[in-house]
Amino acid sequence: MRLTTTESGAIRFGRRAGPRWEAAIEGALLLCGLVSVATTAGIILLLAVETLAFFREVSLPAFFGDTQWTPLFAEKHFGIWPLLSGTVLTSAIALLVAFPFGLGAAVYLSELASQRVRALLKPALEVLAGVPTIVYGYFALVFVTPVLQRVVPGLAGFNSLGPGIVMGIMIIPFVSSLSEDALFAVPPSLREGAYALGAAPLSTILRVVLPSASSGIAAAALLAVSRAVGETMIVSIAAGQQPRLTFDPRVPVETMTAYIVQISMGDVPTGTLEYRTLYVVGTALFVLTYVMNLASRRLRSRFQELT
Amino acid sequence: MAGAAQRRSRLPEKVFRALCLVAVILPLLVLTVLLVDVVIDASGRLSWSFLTSYPSRHAARAGILPGLVGSLMLIGLTALLALPLGVGAALYLEEYGRQGRLSGLIEINISNLAGVPSVLYGLLGLGFFVRTLMLGRSVLAGACTLALLVLPIVIMASREALRTVPAGLREACYALGSTRWQAISRVVLPMAFPGILTGAILAVSRALGETAPLVVVGALTYVAFLPSGLDSPFTALPIQIFSWVSRPQKAFVENAAAGIVVLIVTMLLINAAAVLLRSRLQRRT
Repeated sequence: MRLTTTESGAIRFGRRAGPRWEAAIEGALLLCGLVSVATTAGIILLLAVETLAFFREVSLPAFFGDTQWTPLFAEKHFGIWPLLSGTVLTSAIALLVAFPFGLGAAVYLSELASQRVRALLKPALEVLAGVPTIVYGYFALVFVTPVLQRVVPGLAGFNSLGPGIVMGIMIIPFVSSLSEDALFAVPPSLREGAYALGAAPLSTILRVVLPSASSGIAAAALLAVSRAVGETMIVSIAAGQQPRLTFDPRVPVETMTAYIVQISMGDVPTGTLEYRTLYVVGTALFVLTYVMNLASRRLRSRFQELT
Repeated sequence: MAGAAQRRSRLPEKVFRALCLVAVILPLLVLTVLLVDVVIDASGRLSWSFLTSYPSRHAARAGILPGLVGSLMLIGLTALLALPLGVGAALYLEEYGRQGRLSGLIEINISNLAGVPSVLYGLLGLGFFVRTLMLGRSVLAGACTLALLVLPIVIMASREALRTVPAGLREACYALGSTRWQAISRVVLPMAFPGILTGAILAVSRALGETAPLVVVGALTYVAFLPSGLDSPFTALPIQIFSWVSRPQKAFVENAAAGIVVLIVTMLLINAAAVLLRSRLQRRT
């Protein structure tokens, strides 16, 4: 079957099968691959150009030394800290939710569950990461915050607690699947050694398996935080849009991502200082997530070397 | 002695087991509550006229038609752009450049790009497609942005599909005198196609749910017309939902819930189509 197709094809396209045609195709495919390089270059270049333009108008001390972020007001302040604290606060809450659940799920799926249960639950858990973030945003604002308001006194309608928790639920699959990889990479001989010494399954997991997988688990946590830092819609919808330097989870805040969305909703003319604040905040976001992704990858490659 | 130790460790072990199970079950339970809650909120608004009407100042008369049409256009264009680029890149990495320095550079970029927050793709789209290439705040600019966003997904899925084609088949082609491209286009690609398709569908359904990059690129929130061409201003399902959920009136929040149901059903339909297509293709090969 294959033979005839190939043969007839070779005859039909005989003229185009020359080395020049082959080289042209290889070149075209390489260009497709280089699109990803161009994308990275494009992002970095755009962020750099606009950020430099921004710092020609606003000094570094005004950016790093001020505690107010009010680029849209008559009296403008460009201190990044309120946006940073909003981002850190919501991401920290998300990690507090996602880490225990994600790690517990990973231990259950890789150490405790039977093959059949695992085959059922793992894809189900992955669905959590596939739900569009706009849906989570709706959930945080319309369902979770009102429920929380009944138990948390003084919780505002927009706050970082609700969206933080919902964001945590969204990133559970990231923590669990990477942690599971890390647990899987622990050599079986370590577990067998523990059993041979008379250790119970529980102490084997807690004292042997988890500590040996710790760098992989740390990598999972880092990647999850990086996701949370870059998450946009949940916090845009439910955390409010008030840049505020606070670590009180009950009041409205604004994250870096939410600021970008807020400015984009209005029509900001190119070349204005407001337009450039988009890219300055974008640069901060890029650097923050890049560093965390890089650290996560380093940690992961460390445990992969072990196996 | 040993029996006593075992008995002592039983209870904590059971507790630990239960806790770990809870860690899996509780998030799934929350997901169920979320979906049920959305459907209940939406129940009053879901109707045929919701699908076929334009947005309105009166919540009860508002519909999602421009968002639905905009979204379908966007994901169609995104697939048209991302699929050839992604498969091309995957072919280069798997079949041509294997250990070269260039493919190393490409691979590093792909894994880096997969970790870039989607809102930053929006900034790239705004700076490059909208302003530099002067595409304006158009469907095309939005689709280009989404295509770059999902490109890593398409590439990774296509590479995996290409890897499943046994090397012996390529060698058999060469033995019959075929060139490299003939082997790829007649034998390797057709065999890898079901896998590539699955990756493409995954990418498209991701693109369908993306909101932030489209907001930044400049999708409109109030559109009373259907996009007329590639250069037309547009809105999309998630954008329309975002605009409704941001309003204080309860009636609009119900519209947002109904919009979410439409979004999720569209996603499920796309995924179901993929599963069907895939099983049919696999039977043929």
